[in-house]
Amino acid sequence: MKIAVCVKRVPDTETRIKVGADGRSIDEGGVKFVLNPFDEFAVEEALKLKEQSGEGEVVIISMGGDSGQETIRTALAMGADRGVLLKTDAKPVDPLVTARVLASEVEQGGYDLVLFGKQAVDDESHAVGPMVGELLGLASVSAITRLELAGGKGTAEREVEGATEVVEFSLPAVLTAEKGLNEPRYPALRGIMLAKKKPLEVKDVELDEEGMVVVELALPQSRKEGRIVGEGPDAVPILIDALKNEAKVI
Amino acid sequence: MAGVLVVLEQRSGTLKSVSHEVLGAARTLADELGVEVHALAIGPAGLKVDGLGEYGADKVLCCRSDELELYQASRYAGLASGLADANGYQIVMLATTALGKDLGPRIAAKLGAPIAGDLTHISGNDGLVVMRPVFAGKATSTLKITSTPCVLSVRPNAFATGCVARDGIVEDVSPGDSGAGAQAVTIAVKEPEKAVLDVAEASIVVSGGRGLKEAEHFQLVEELASALGGAVGASRAVVDAGWRPHSEQVGQTGKTVSPNLYIAIGISGAIQHLAGMRTSKVIVAINRDQDAPIFKVADYGIVGDLFAVVPRLTEEIKKVRGG
Repeated sequence: MKIAVCVKRVPDTETRIKVGADGRSIDEGGVKFVLNPFDEFAVEEALKLKEQSGEGEVVIISMGGDSGQETIRTALAMGADRGVLLKTDAKPVDPLVTARVLASEVEQGGYDLVLFGKQAVDDESHAVGPMVGELLGLASVSAITRLELAGGKGTAEREVEGATEVVEFSLPAVLTAEKGLNEPRYPALRGIMLAKKKPLEVKDVELDEEGMVVVELALPQSRKEGRIVGEGPDAVPILIDALKNEAKVI
Repeated sequence: MAGVLVVLEQRSGTLKSVSHEVLGAARTLADELGVEVHALAIGPAGLKVDGLGEYGADKVLCCRSDELELYQASRYAGLASGLADANGYQIVMLATTALGKDLGPRIAAKLGAPIAGDLTHISGNDGLVVMRPVFAGKATSTLKITSTPCVLSVRPNAFATGCVARDGIVEDVSPGDSGAGAQAVTIAVKEPEKAVLDVAEASIVVSGGRGLKEAEHFQLVEELASALGGAVGASRAVVDAGWRPHSEQVGQTGKTVSPNLYIAIGISGAIQHLAGMRTSKVIVAINRDQDAPIFKVADYGIVGDLFAVVPRLTEEIKKVRGG
């Protein structure tokens, strides 16, 4: 089984966001970048599938600047076989532009399965995975929490509001991973050492023109200062009064 | 002039109220652009679409077939993009729900269109300008859409439902091919035995964190949520510890919520958690540490032992609500 996992380098979720001097992007100074948390579930699932079948290859694909190599190496340290960096210094905000570049790379690879994280925790678009599925005309299921494959077919579950959808599909397919699909492994020291020697191909890519531009990136308005109504259970009646008569929410 | 196509959402033949919000947002935008709003309803034979004119739809395109009761991604996307192509809609709009997050990008890919999701603000007065939270709400991005057609998906609870009555003439649309041989088919929707109010849809959310000390103590959170008629939420720490399912997680790798009332119990307020709930209308925090960051975003706080405060609060809420 040949599996591609598309990943993105994003700021760690504990990052405090600062707006950069251009007013349209973040100030990257002091920011720790990591493999997108949802992509970790995709990498883990690919590794599990390869281990179960006892053969195959897991290829990590990422689009971005040179620093993306570090992110790819993280996934290689988890156990993936090789990486491809689709190199561009542009940081498109239009998901279609990214999806076209990834679809073109994936199409050439002859993969049985293409996995993504369900969304990147920077621009939160949750769009690129299903878009790649549509662009390639492949079966695709997004935000999956359960996956079973057998005989060229698969069954996946995805969470919807208050329920779970069960989807059957044929391979090859594009799937995006939701938290809960598995428990991602940590790269072991040996994996980190091995990852340094694994093949990582860098290809320059050209992007299409985007259908949208960032006008401004701003921090949200800070909330109006609240108050501590009291200490311990004796404060409960004061809280009830405030919620009922002041905030009018109960 | 055909301007905006709103893709509605239904479950078991009844339209979801979030679709009314999308119609409201679409109506306002269409009036700014001087175009019409058409709604597309896809669902089972018994799907009810009456009265959508009151929410701002000029026309309702109705595609009914029992094969379309469950969300079938490729058929829904084919129907919506096919109509957008044929009728020349400039803008396709839908809600940022589980369905919308999957369907929007598919329609955009089929149309070769840009997509902007989870919008909290849309303006058509000076070109098409939209705002969306990024980094789970730690920042807001303002974007200018420079290409049409485009797909816009709007955040639930961010737009008011419209009240400008329009004709809302219903026109049937053929469901097209039967979907036989589709590469992916939704075969079932599993509902839990006891109906669960989703944390992202609830108007009141009660969330618990590590301060509860043990998974079993979440009963305190459940009882308060039940007394309030709200949903249960959880911090990342307790989801990662396996105390609660991921579907309840609020924050950057969970759900972003903006209920009328958010009560945080034993949650210190990690930055990734605050990002996911800071747009709640009223925030209450109960924590023993008065320096906990959660108090910085809370409107009302009680400092103290949650095991003493929460049962008392549940009791008082029951009295207020006549339970």
